[in-house]
Amino acid sequence: VTVLPFRANAAIEDHVAEFTGGAEVAEGGVTLTAPEIAENGNTVPIEVAAEGASAIMVLAAGNPTPPVATFNFGPMAGAHRASTRIRLAGTQDIIAIAKLADGSFARASQEVKVTIGG
Amino acid sequence: MASGVRPRVKVPSTASAGETVTIKTLISHQMESGQRKDSEGNTIPRSIINRFHVTFNDETVIDVKMEPAISTNPYFEFEAKVPESGTFQFTWYDDDGSVYEDSAEITVG
Repeated sequence: VTVLPFRANAAIEDHVAEFTGGAEVAEGGVTLTAPEIAENGNTVPIEVAAEGASAIMVLAAGNPTPPVATFNFGPMAGAHRASTRIRLAGTQDIIAIAKLADGSFARASQEVKVTIGG
Repeated sequence: MASGVRPRVKVPSTASAGETVTIKTLISHQMESGQRKDSEGNTIPRSIINRFHVTFNDETVIDVKMEPAISTNPYFEFEAKVPESGTFQFTWYDDDGSVYEDSAEITVG
């Protein structure tokens, strides 16, 4: 059972379930770095990292379409870390779900306040 | 085909064996989200790069599924293991079927 203790939203739960296959998702074990305040929602820097993860999915709960990206790490990945720049339509929660080396799933989320929507 | 697409990659030219190196990539692309409307109120169709794949000597470093929420001119920074000299191959896949490629050599000394 997936537990989403913040602004639970059926669409988000569907995306999470598709990624996890319905497995439980623990808090912690994945790091999501994003600014607390983004002046420009068109380009918000984020970074995700989870030691040994095979994949990390990023969702933007308040965007018209929540999926942002899924990072799949191969055998030649160094640290299991990636950063990019994303669009946020407004102030909202960003969610990162990682598939860890042991096959379990971990979650982190952070609210980003957006001054100008992307 | 999206016009003016130009990939840029930043990879160190040398490393020591087994080192982890940081790679930065940027590709110029408008990443039209499919959410915007033109001046007549018609939705502008989605046109994005939907996948970014990086290999080192034909083994995957990172394979990213990209959605319209990735910003214009997609930027990625990540880390790769370098056990030996070889070639990083970078491939971007466009919605319209275009494929953009770049590569970089690294020497382990």
